[in-house]
Amino acid sequence: MSATPQNATPRRILVLGATSGIAEATCRIWASQGASLFLVARNAEKLAAVAADLKVRGASYVGTAVADLDDTDSHPALLAHAVNSLAGMDIAYLAHGILGDQISAEQDFNTAAQIVHTNFMAPVSLLTWLSNYCVQRRSGVLAVLSSVAGDRGRKSNYVYGSSKAGLSAFLAGLRNRIDREGVTVLTIKPGPTRTAMTAGMPKSEKFADVDAVAESIVKAIDGRKDELYVPFQWLPIMFVVRSIPERIFKKLNL
Amino acid sequence: MSLPSTELEGPPAFEPWGRYPKYNARIVPLHWRGDFPAVTDKIHDSALPVGMGRSYGDVCLLKDGILLLTTGMNRLIDFDPETGLLTAEAGITLAQILDFAVPKGFFLPVTPGTKYVTLGGAIANDIHGKNHHVAGTFGCHITRFELVRSDGSRMICSPTENPDYYAATIGGLGLTGVITWATLQMKPIVSRLIDYEGIQFHGIDEFLDLTEQSKNIEYTVSWVDVTSTGKNFARGVFMQGDHSSKRDELKPSPKPKLVFPFDAPGFALNSLSVSMFNTVFFHKQIHKRVVALQDYEPFFYPLDKVLHWNRMYGKSGLLQFQYVIPWEHAKEGTAAILREVAKSGLASFLAVLKAFGDVPSPGMMSFPKPGITLALDFPIKPEKSFPLFARLADMTREFGGRLYPAKDAAMTAAQYQAFYPQWQRFARFRDPMLTSSFWERVTGDQPSI
Repeated sequence: MSATPQNATPRRILVLGATSGIAEATCRIWASQGASLFLVARNAEKLAAVAADLKVRGASYVGTAVADLDDTDSHPALLAHAVNSLAGMDIAYLAHGILGDQISAEQDFNTAAQIVHTNFMAPVSLLTWLSNYCVQRRSGVLAVLSSVAGDRGRKSNYVYGSSKAGLSAFLAGLRNRIDREGVTVLTIKPGPTRTAMTAGMPKSEKFADVDAVAESIVKAIDGRKDELYVPFQWLPIMFVVRSIPERIFKKLNL
Repeated sequence: MSLPSTELEGPPAFEPWGRYPKYNARIVPLHWRGDFPAVTDKIHDSALPVGMGRSYGDVCLLKDGILLLTTGMNRLIDFDPETGLLTAEAGITLAQILDFAVPKGFFLPVTPGTKYVTLGGAIANDIHGKNHHVAGTFGCHITRFELVRSDGSRMICSPTENPDYYAATIGGLGLTGVITWATLQMKPIVSRLIDYEGIQFHGIDEFLDLTEQSKNIEYTVSWVDVTSTGKNFARGVFMQGDHSSKRDELKPSPKPKLVFPFDAPGFALNSLSVSMFNTVFFHKQIHKRVVALQDYEPFFYPLDKVLHWNRMYGKSGLLQFQYVIPWEHAKEGTAAILREVAKSGLASFLAVLKAFGDVPSPGMMSFPKPGITLALDFPIKPEKSFPLFARLADMTREFGGRLYPAKDAAMTAAQYQAFYPQWQRFARFRDPMLTSSFWERVTGDQPSI
């Protein structure tokens, strides 16, 4: 863990979807390093619980805003307010998303559209504002939670997977555009992780430990990495999954 | 006698530390303080809040019911470095509390032999530690908590607010409601180190002398060899320590790296391997007295270094037996039980002996009382261990003692009701939705094993 020295200016971090399991675990590490945090989430009660915890753990400042990030019209005002509260921004961490109900999405376009809107359209809106903010200042890290599920569509969760595939492709293009402007874009692809989102799923006890995942994310941001598979074994696994020819892949039960 | 059938296919979703009994249950996680009872709205089964599953038997099980897993509810709420009062959600573990508090110069007021238990579990079992003789139980240091009932009502409990529910919930085995948060009085330390002293003893009289001499020392506990008879009968090592008063760096603990990787085969633990272990442990301390400065981790949590060490006992698991016998009969009772265990030839790796002090617990159903407590581990061998347990429980009862529910998987309803005659008064505070396989067993709702 690379702790910020106590006398250095605390890092200013904007967290979108701060009550998600992975985001909360990541924020605990930043809080213990004394970072300044601005947290955005939909549920006021959960947001207050997370904010209090981070304050106790040592965050220099914790600002919050209750917002539904599906409402893309509100993004510019929300982001401007967040950046003002932090007096600048070093890292934006996009962690909101929904798993959705695949079975229902297969039958009902509105369910599918909701998943795509939350996981793809909303981040695109946020990143448009944030990337231009960072480019103007020629600095910053945009760390975004995508998923290994976006690497190849599978019948068990292809609506979720395709929303994340779109997000990963958007991030790759954005990186290609703004890395040369001094802005780092990190695509984070976690494998299944034990959080509230995956609670009760079969074999969830075998999923990755959320604190270990969070530690890898903090390291990848500090190391200005482009892409992170976490835990790391998902990198070779997804290489194999992507390499299977479609005529075989279509017959598999994945 | 054979193990009762549990109609279980595949490994159970939640196991107690002793890995016995094995029951089906559905796990419903609680992540937020507002989750209960809303998450059980459409469910009509009974439920039981659980944490890390470190209790040995069925106090953390509910056959075919719902286990409300609290470990996701692990946030800090408030900490005052002036007073040392820490408020946290009940699913936080003592390990997580230490990671936060030790670098700030604070330690747990009472700690058990593992840090992998939740705050809620520590309250519900009103756990004790090596400083019971000076600090009392864990519950003595819980100033307030919130209790949520299945009807949705929320109560703040403290010695002055809802004092009857405060008393029933401390040591109440999770049956009075779901504890969402609690405030704990931490104590200041200036070093991670413990001024440690280990002293060999032979026999219970020497143990009692050492206990008397060390009553002003904060932590005392003894390991006793229960496999030896004759001149080595009740030999052991008396271990004592105080937090070092010399200022030192307060770093957080490193993460454990060793994990017991597989279930050991049944023959791995036999009376020969155990008596060899015990002899080595006894003579590892070559001198009569050993003085050392030791980090708190190996002093308090020697077994936490190996995660899942219970796998050493194989799939069939282990049983624990822990009694307290009041001073009046403590010496003769302990000698008689140690003889019975040695005679049985049933191996026990870890036999832990300690004198409880007279600090009263606020809990209505708490286990500790002044006297001698002894904790024994046994691998499960159905033909022999259950009859031995029945004999030991009867002996405990004759000597006026009682057994510790958190360690138990075998006592009968009649034995429990004799050990805890106040159980019917306690039952009035139980939440109608909450129960456990232990509670059903010892209140006679289910046939006992």
